[in-house]
Parts: sequence; structure tokens; C-alpha cells
Amino acid sequence: MKALAWHGKHDVRMDTVDDPGIVNPRDCIIKVTSTAICGSDLHLYDGYIPTMQAGDILGHEFMGEVVEVGAKSTLKKGQRVVVPFTIACGSCYHCGKHQYSACDNGLPADNQDIAQTLYGQPMSGLFGYSHMTGGYAGGQAEYVRVPFSDVGPIVIPDGIEDDKVLFLSDILPTGWQAAEYAEIEPGDTVAVWGCGPVGLFAVQSAFLMGAERVIAIDHFPHRLELAAKFGAETLNFEETAVYDALMTMTGGIGPDAVIDAVGLEAHGLFVDNIVDQIKASTFLGTDRTHAIRQAILACRKGGRVSMPAVYGGFVDKFPLGAFMEKGLTLKTGQTHVQHYLPGLLAAIMEGKIDTEFLISHRMPLTDAPKGYKMFKDQQNEVTKIVLKPGMASA
Amino acid sequence: MANTDDAPASASKQEPTAAGDGIADAKGSSVSGRAVTINKPVAEVYAYFRDFSRLPTFMENVVSIDVRDDRTSHWVVKAPAGRTVEWDAIVTEDVPDRLIAWTSAEGADVPNSGRIEFADAGGRGTVVTATILYDPPAGVIGKIVAKMFQREPAIQARRDLRRFKQLLETGEIATPATNAKQFEEMGL
Repeated sequence: MKALAWHGKHDVRMDTVDDPGIVNPRDCIIKVTSTAICGSDLHLYDGYIPTMQAGDILGHEFMGEVVEVGAKSTLKKGQRVVVPFTIACGSCYHCGKHQYSACDNGLPADNQDIAQTLYGQPMSGLFGYSHMTGGYAGGQAEYVRVPFSDVGPIVIPDGIEDDKVLFLSDILPTGWQAAEYAEIEPGDTVAVWGCGPVGLFAVQSAFLMGAERVIAIDHFPHRLELAAKFGAETLNFEETAVYDALMTMTGGIGPDAVIDAVGLEAHGLFVDNIVDQIKASTFLGTDRTHAIRQAILACRKGGRVSMPAVYGGFVDKFPLGAFMEKGLTLKTGQTHVQHYLPGLLAAIMEGKIDTEFLISHRMPLTDAPKGYKMFKDQQNEVTKIVLKPGMASA
Repeated sequence: MANTDDAPASASKQEPTAAGDGIADAKGSSVSGRAVTINKPVAEVYAYFRDFSRLPTFMENVVSIDVRDDRTSHWVVKAPAGRTVEWDAIVTEDVPDRLIAWTSAEGADVPNSGRIEFADAGGRGTVVTATILYDPPAGVIGKIVAKMFQREPAIQARRDLRRFKQLLETGEIATPATNAKQFEEMGL
């Protein structure tokens, strides 16, 4: 089959590789019909993520048709499914509490060592995202092996097109969880740093959860326009002193909840040994730290900080004093995708959440290398690229 | 010198001589200890482990276990550089749903002993604690070589316990292999 494989920094190629097959009883194989490039894929592209190996197949946002099932899969051939980016077993203690991204068993035993050393405990597996998250082949391919197919994928009813539901795989539940973690009460003002896909879904989710005002912060005009479309007030941090603006807009109180959705990704992995490398790239190094510091300073006393943005290693100058003195609460973590799927699918079907607005480009899977380059170089215009294996080349 | 606190012997910063406490006929001076919680009832976890013939399913470096009788089994285990090592293991203690202890018989390639304890953890299942003592082949150098080849017993024990947990909780062992052919190439 054809698959998008990583070969090094800014080097991704369409390779011909062996077709996947059933390995474990709970597996299924899907034929991919749509797959997206995630902001966090750019970190792989830019060579920031350790434990990548040449030939690794990328992609963790994907959906398709079931073409093969293992003996213990509950899926049937021909069903259309969206697959969560987190690989979780559904039977461990954490899955029992719906903490799917903390699954004990999603990572192969040998791959658990790195996370155990860095974080104290291993986390769930992820598709197409380096060997420290399991070394699983990703979904930017014609076919994918999906482990634990009896608990992960959600079946999509006929008549709902891919573009409406594809983002259930990652960015929609991630934005929703971010808003949920902000513990929004009716009448609240919520400030969201970063209007990438996660930030934009957090804006929509915050309104659905009863926020009276949402203030969205970014520097790409087109992304701020999208936030405004959903009713957010916008701040462009290149033109505006964000803390001053927020304090004035909230009558000197500060936002009741703040959401840090900055970073090009919602679930990349940064480890201590590459922190210096990240800092050397000034855009990432300063902006990422800056956003969470600014969010903590602006947040009202006793307010909530939700952090879907990823910090994998250590952060300097974390304003621990402000955090403690103001009595803030922080909630964060990788997304428990499986937990949110039924509710969010229903919300899409009822028209409560708009997903298609995000897609700026559709192209054949074989154009994926071109897509990565475009996504990297044109972040204002390119909000989301969806790859379609069956689509004819333009 | 034994620790004065309540920590398990395997977490001691002292020389691991005290770790043999409680193991009948302790053999070996290097200790490897690890606890894992398995979300299954203690009787099921103990029963799976007690049938030694099934252990190679999740013990990556164990080539075969030949169960000779209720107390004796013959182990063939991978060693660095394509070698194998063998020994007879004798069960020295066996308390159903509580513990299994063993020691190697005379003539073992790698003298070893240890105990696996099972404790009911209520709603969280069963805590399995493994303590293994062994004499590394050719002492410290052997241990370093084994570590380079990832056949060091501490690394093996940690990964084997994770696989044991996966097998009991999920019915399978997680693998990134994309198909059967790749699975064969990768091993467990």
C-alpha cells in the first residue's frame, strides 16, 4: 500500500510498504477514506520529536471503512468508523474511570520505559507519533491496523459525510475537554490563547457550556476571523497588550477561566533533552512559555486554568507564586477521546457544533508531502488539510 | 544493613544483601523488584502464574519451561550474544493466592531465587510483587553486557510484568507490529 513515511527533518515521502494485517484478536483493519494533518505532525516534520525512525508512518487523525476484523473485534466489515488518536485498552483501572489517555496497556511493554523514566508512569499509545508513544503505524496511509477496535473506534451512521465527523479523532474532543476542564459556569468570561483547531473548538465548546463571553487571542488574522464567526471577541497580540486589554474588558477582574491552546499541537511530546533545541527556535520557545505565564497572570483570583497545550519537558519561569497566591486550579492532560465520542457525534448530528468550517484544503493522499510543506509555510491561510486516499490528483 | 523504614528491599539504597530475607535458600546478590497492579481477582492472577508452562507467553526471554512435576521445572532462557542459559527451578513455597517462591537447583548456569507475591487490592484487583535474586554471569561485567543486550533480569522482569498485566487485563499483548510477518520479526 501507499503510506506517508517520515525520513527526517522536512523529509516525508509516499512510500510503498506492506499492507497491514490482523495481529491481535481485538484488532481491525480499516481502509482509510479521510485523514488530516495535525499541527502536532509539524513537530515531527520539523524534527523536534525524539525516538522517530526513518520509515515511520505518520498520521493520527483518520477514519475509514472496516475491511478486516480480529476474532474479538465487535466491528463488522463495511462499517464506517472514526478512530481515536489515543490507543487505549478499555479494561485497565484508568480506562474504567474513562481516563483513556492514561491507559496502562496501550503502550507495548518495551516502549513504556521512556515515558516511565520521564513522567513516572507510562501513558496510552498514540498512532503515528514516534516510538516513545508506541511506534504504531499511523493513518496517513491507505490501510491501518487499529488495536483494541472493540473500544476505540466509533461507528458513523450512513449519510454523514467524512468531513463532518473526521475531527472526532482528536481536535474536537481535545477542544471540548479543554473547555470542560475550564469548569465554565453560566455568565463566565473565558479567554482562549491560540486559535488553532483546538482553540477554535474550545471557543465553540465554551459557548455551548454557558460562557457569556469568550475572548480569543492569536496573531493570525484569518484564525481570529474564524473565532469571531463563533461569537468570540478577538485580541491580536501583535497589535495589543493582551493583559491590559483583558483587565479592561473584564472590569479589572480578569477572565474567570483561561485556556492555553498555544503551541502547534495539542499532544506533541517534548522531552527535556530537546528543550534547548526548542528554545533555540525563538517562535516556539518564547511564545509557548509566554502564553501560559500570561494566562496565569490574567486569570481572576480563584479562577481556573485549562491547558490542552502540551508541555512534555520542563518549563522555566513558571509563575508558581501567582498561581498559589491567587488560588488557581489547573486541569490539563492528553484527551480522553473515547469518553467524549458518543456525545460529540450527537452534537455534530444535531448541528450544535460546526466542524467543516476548519477545512481549508482537500487533496489526494499522494499529495501529502506537498500538504506538509503548505501547512508549515502558510499558517494563516491553511487551517486544516484533509487527505483523501481515493481522490484524483488535481 | 537492613533499612529502618517501611520501604521494600528492592528500593533500598544499601547493598542488597537484606533483600534475600524471607526467601528460603536465597541465591544471588543482585536484586530486582517490581510491583504491578492487575485489574483481575487474586485467584485468577495466581492461577495463571502457577501454571509455569504458560509463562513464556509473556516472558520475552524465556525460550521454554518444561514442567517436570509440581515442584520442579526446567527453564531455558536467552542470554546475550545468541546464547541460552538453563536451570532447574524448585518451588520452595507455594501458598495459593498469596505467594510462589523458588530457588535454582545445583548446577544452574545462572544461580537464582525469588518470590512472587500476590495481594488482594480490593476494587483495584491484585498487586503482584516480584523479587528476583541472581548471580550475573561473570559478575559486574556480565551484568553490563546483559544490559547492553537488554537481557538484564531487572529490565526483563519489569517488561515481563507489564506484559503479564496486559495479557490478563486485555487478553492480548500490545504490539506495534502492523502485520503477522512484522510481528514474527519483532518478537513479543
